[in-house]
Amino acid sequence: MSANNGAPLLEARSLARHYTVSRGWLRGKGLVRALDGVSFTLREHQTLAVVGESGCGKSTLARQVTMIERPSSGELRLAGEDVGHADRPTLKRLRPQVQMVFQNPYASLNPRKRVGTLLEEPLAINVQLQPGARREAARSMLAQVGLRPEHYARYPHMFSGGQRQRIAIARALMLNPRLLVADEPLSALDVSIQAQVLNLLMDLQQRLGVAYLFISHNLQVVRHIADSVAVMYLGRIVEIGPKAAVFARPAHPYTRALMASTPSLDPKARRERVAVKGELPSPLNPPTGCAFHKRCPYAVDRCRTDLPLLEPLGDAQVACHRARELNT
Amino acid sequence: MALLEIEDLRVEFGTEASPFVAVDGVDLAMDAGEIVGCVGESGSGKSVTALALMGLVDFPGRVRAKRLAFAGEDLLALSDSARRALVGRDIAMIFQDPLASLNPCFTVAFQITEALRTHGTDAERRSARVRRSRALELLKQVEIPDAAARLNAFPHQLSGGMAQRVMIAMAIACHPRLLIADEPTTALDVTVQAQVLELLCRLQREQGMALLLITHDLAIVSETAQRVVVMYAGQQVETGPVPEIFDAPKHPYTQALLAALPEHNRDRERLKAIPGVVPGQYDRPRGCLLSPRCEFATERCRREQPALEGHAGRKVRCHFPLDARGRPTRGWAENAATSAIAR
Repeated sequence: MSANNGAPLLEARSLARHYTVSRGWLRGKGLVRALDGVSFTLREHQTLAVVGESGCGKSTLARQVTMIERPSSGELRLAGEDVGHADRPTLKRLRPQVQMVFQNPYASLNPRKRVGTLLEEPLAINVQLQPGARREAARSMLAQVGLRPEHYARYPHMFSGGQRQRIAIARALMLNPRLLVADEPLSALDVSIQAQVLNLLMDLQQRLGVAYLFISHNLQVVRHIADSVAVMYLGRIVEIGPKAAVFARPAHPYTRALMASTPSLDPKARRERVAVKGELPSPLNPPTGCAFHKRCPYAVDRCRTDLPLLEPLGDAQVACHRARELNT
Repeated sequence: MALLEIEDLRVEFGTEASPFVAVDGVDLAMDAGEIVGCVGESGSGKSVTALALMGLVDFPGRVRAKRLAFAGEDLLALSDSARRALVGRDIAMIFQDPLASLNPCFTVAFQITEALRTHGTDAERRSARVRRSRALELLKQVEIPDAAARLNAFPHQLSGGMAQRVMIAMAIACHPRLLIADEPTTALDVTVQAQVLELLCRLQREQGMALLLITHDLAIVSETAQRVVVMYAGQQVETGPVPEIFDAPKHPYTQALLAALPEHNRDRERLKAIPGVVPGQYDRPRGCLLSPRCEFATERCRREQPALEGHAGRKVRCHFPLDARGRPTRGWAENAATSAIAR
């Protein structure tokens, strides 16, 4: 699969979301740029993986895409329609097309509702259907995600983590969405169960043609499922491109650091550890220039003052002043 | 003599009549200065083994063992006060979620010096100033930036990685001879995880501690440990030295765990998943515990529990251990054929 077939489903142009936070008495308001000028295109039937450490804005991005919040500025188009400035009826029409699977299936399913009720709820709210037809739809969706019909009347506590995540995926697919936003869908699961759920997600994509915005910090998983990868750091995309290009030749020092930090079974695959010191800086007080310069082993004076913008390098786009020089 | 000797450790919960066996016959010997990794899915008894070692299994849990000894001292026969003197000084533990393990009401300095006040040297027990300077030294040792300022910080002012470093500082405060790390990096980001693992390994080398690293991440174990114990449903299913156990696993479970990793399936569309889940209290199979999920299971596997067999360094609990090519041996083919006919 190449990253360039299929019509654009989701387009973001300089998408930004800022939050004002109180910093306490007499200290005034602070501005958190949780998302600061993010641009990408996700095509139909494709998977875009968003990678980064906690606090880099991955989940804020998910909140914009699922239309839970409006972006502060910039443009977000779903199948050509601007969702950032849409009115309520338009949003109501668009929202069913984007559904979400959350990280922790132990928290995202209402323990007091039966699986059948959970699955039928989106239909009851959004679609005019007879109860019998709803039940039928829920049962066939259970089969699609590899659960048995008798699970229809059970409660979430009767299921294991992997089965719960299957239920969460089934619920998200009830409205035939065109885009599924999966926010760390595997990180609460065991290795063996991760593989089951990952297989299921890939099968469903083939069968139903749904596109995924796959948020994860696990590069091995991303490498398996994604068509293209966006690496985020402190609210900005620092590298984006087709999976093959990003993994074969990570160009941004942060992407390299992420890959070097990922433990690997194969001793030969272990690259030399790029020394990244410290942790993600506070988004309340981001560093000037390139946000990564404080942890970057290659930082020069220019990185401390000028903000690098995404520029094409090979098949990918990289936001680094020294990308060209470091990658020749 | 090994530093830590565990023989036939058994931890049960529930009633005597119908107990739930969380740990079932674990044998483990650790030498000083050794890193042993313990891997398995959740519910396989990794953490309970560690808690039993620390004496942290409370009623109604019951710990039984043929031998549970640390540096020659029988931990089960020890009086409570003798045990308290040992645990925390010679054996220390780091838990999974650092922010949940630190007390939110006290400063970092207080929590580190608390251990020194009970277990420290004579000078440390006598003088608060000595304790405080030692706490500062420890924070520097675990590479906390601006350590002096962090002494008076409360846990909520620390990031996850920083809090885990504080936990490590507390654990190594009394120069333990055995450090148990229970999923020390699971709650951390991948770059911070690499930093914390490197720190743990450096401290282990410098202080010559033995390190028992409990994790579900096989890659972490393969990068750090010298020996691995693979656990499944409370039992050890395979033990062995590190490159070997990953290159040529003898137990189908180890093989399946490795095959389920995306890293091993780079060119394939689908991952090789293990069907089903770890058996719970009421659905434990009669024979081999893995038999319902094992792709090689035969009639004999469903009937008889295999024993942990092999030579000292390399043991496996399987009727038909796998050969170097990953195929079952010891007459598996005939057995599989007859059980197929029987069905």
